Amino acid sequence: MDWAQLWEIASEPDNVPIVALLFLVPFYTFYAFRQAFANDRLIGQLEANPAMAKTHHRKVQPWKPGWDREIHVWPFLLRMEFLAAIIVTLILMIWSITLNAPLEEPSNPTLTMNPAKAPWYFLGLQEMLVYFDPWMAGVVLPTLILVGLMAIPYLDANPLGNGYYTFKQRKFAIMAFVFGFLVLWLSMVIIGTFIRGPGWMWFWPGQTWDHNRLIFEANRDLPDIFHITSAPGKGIFGAIVVGLYTILMATFFHKLFTLTPFNRRIYKRMSLIQYVTLQLFLIIMMTLPVKILIRQLFRIKYVWITPWFNI
Amino acid sequence: MPEDLKDQNSGKKGLTALLEEVREEVKVLKEKAAEDVKTLKDPEKTQLYKSIFRVKHDDKPRSRALGVLSNVFLHLHPAKINRDAVAYNYTWGMGGITFYLFIVLTFTGALLMFYYHPSKVQAFRDILYLEHDVPFGKLLRNMHRWAAHLMIITVWLHMFRVFLTGSYKKPREFNWAVGVILMLLTMLLSFTGYLLPDDQLGFWAVTVGTNMARATPLLGHEGPFGAQLGMTPYNDVRFGLLGGSIVDSNALLRSYIWHCIAIPLIAATFMAVHFWRVRKDGGISGPSPVMLESEIKEERKF
Repeated sequence: MDWAQLWEIASEPDNVPIVALLFLVPFYTFYAFRQAFANDRLIGQLEANPAMAKTHHRKVQPWKPGWDREIHVWPFLLRMEFLAAIIVTLILMIWSITLNAPLEEPSNPTLTMNPAKAPWYFLGLQEMLVYFDPWMAGVVLPTLILVGLMAIPYLDANPLGNGYYTFKQRKFAIMAFVFGFLVLWLSMVIIGTFIRGPGWMWFWPGQTWDHNRLIFEANRDLPDIFHITSAPGKGIFGAIVVGLYTILMATFFHKLFTLTPFNRRIYKRMSLIQYVTLQLFLIIMMTLPVKILIRQLFRIKYVWITPWFNI
Repeated sequence: MPEDLKDQNSGKKGLTALLEEVREEVKVLKEKAAEDVKTLKDPEKTQLYKSIFRVKHDDKPRSRALGVLSNVFLHLHPAKINRDAVAYNYTWGMGGITFYLFIVLTFTGALLMFYYHPSKVQAFRDILYLEHDVPFGKLLRNMHRWAAHLMIITVWLHMFRVFLTGSYKKPREFNWAVGVILMLLTMLLSFTGYLLPDDQLGFWAVTVGTNMARATPLLGHEGPFGAQLGMTPYNDVRFGLLGGSIVDSNALLRSYIWHCIAIPLIAATFMAVHFWRVRKDGGISGPSPVMLESEIKEERKF
């Protein structure tokens, strides 16, 4: 174990935000889910007891008849905002006094940095470059991530869970988002920071970054395994495989959409456009973990090879 | 003579009368001063206070509401708010903190602009000057950098919270989309700022980042169908971003203008819409009463 190097990476001032994320994200996830489960218990009680559902104020927060449901912004909200501003200022002051912003040598186009890393919040995209060609990882997928995020409100046909934490009433939506945000996006940021070394090679935490390291791994393409050599053959074969993957994934998600009676009820509320768009975004999202797996387990680089693009 | 005497007499009389008058006036002055002192003890009654603040500072509901509504900086708030929404556990304060960090960044950024020239000759030297000679220059630069990083974290956590509370659902769908654009703008602001010190770190990060633009489908010279459409390194989308085929002085200037003028203005516009829509879409989304599965209304089909 090369503890010195691990410490060097973790304590690098520009990596402090990622180390902070390692603590902040689990904390806030816990914080949210604790409230979600508390609300779920209340929902369970109310569903079991319709009489109680008629009279209960339907929040876990205490409330008694006669209490105001709304309070004055001045002072109750403004003092919180003022306090938050002071605390954030203090944190920033201490952070800025103790840690210096990095400044390397003057820019030099003839001296390549190795590893040349993007800013930490774009490391997810840089990590995707390993699994996809630049036009996919750098342009198409980021665009789809943004469009997909913006489309969420129009694709989610579930009217429950509007304005309160819950897990029980929105299992599919929450699991999909947590998978995309925590499992895919944040873990790729963390891999990009802690695991990727010189040459963007995989170094386990604690493994010394060796600038002369060579990895003799021959990446294969899926058609090679089936001994398909002609260009049209590869194109047609890839199209078939991608088509099969799409059908398989679509079936899988359709099974999830119709898994429970509640899911089926939401499914019935969806229009055809909503259903098809949601399927499309989910299937494209799943290409990332699938490509990560076939790359890391079977060293397969491309599935679909055409003269114009490779996937 | 008698006239003179009369005059003298009247003159004497005039003198005493004058004295009397002065005494009277002094008395009035004293009274006024006492009154002024009294009102100064209660500054809310002064014309100065009233002209600035308009509203009394007391705990009457009317004064509290007007205190928020009649203040240009506070009027983004409603007068009253859901009693459970002010607790930290619902919103985590992430949206507000993000906005506060934007203000901090605008302030420190404007100060940094006093010491920075966006040219290949000067840029790196300006950072050295800032770090070693400008009073508090190092603190200024550090604060700008760390606030930028913190802002990205708070934006992500804000989005996470809004998703987990289902706050993007009706009627707030559009505001979520505005929020996604603001997240993109935040990251672009941070990214364009990365190049400005003109050091190896920024140079290679931006080189790696903009190299992806070569591969833009249709618009990049290495992207699918780019070559077929006549894209070369000298006319594709990357050339447009950098103002050249490599990261050089034009790229530095472009990055500077995007970072200091264009994106902040665009972001400020979107922020105005975002905050406006928070209010117009019914204020903060919760904590609202839980809804039960049996209460789902069937949607109207058209």
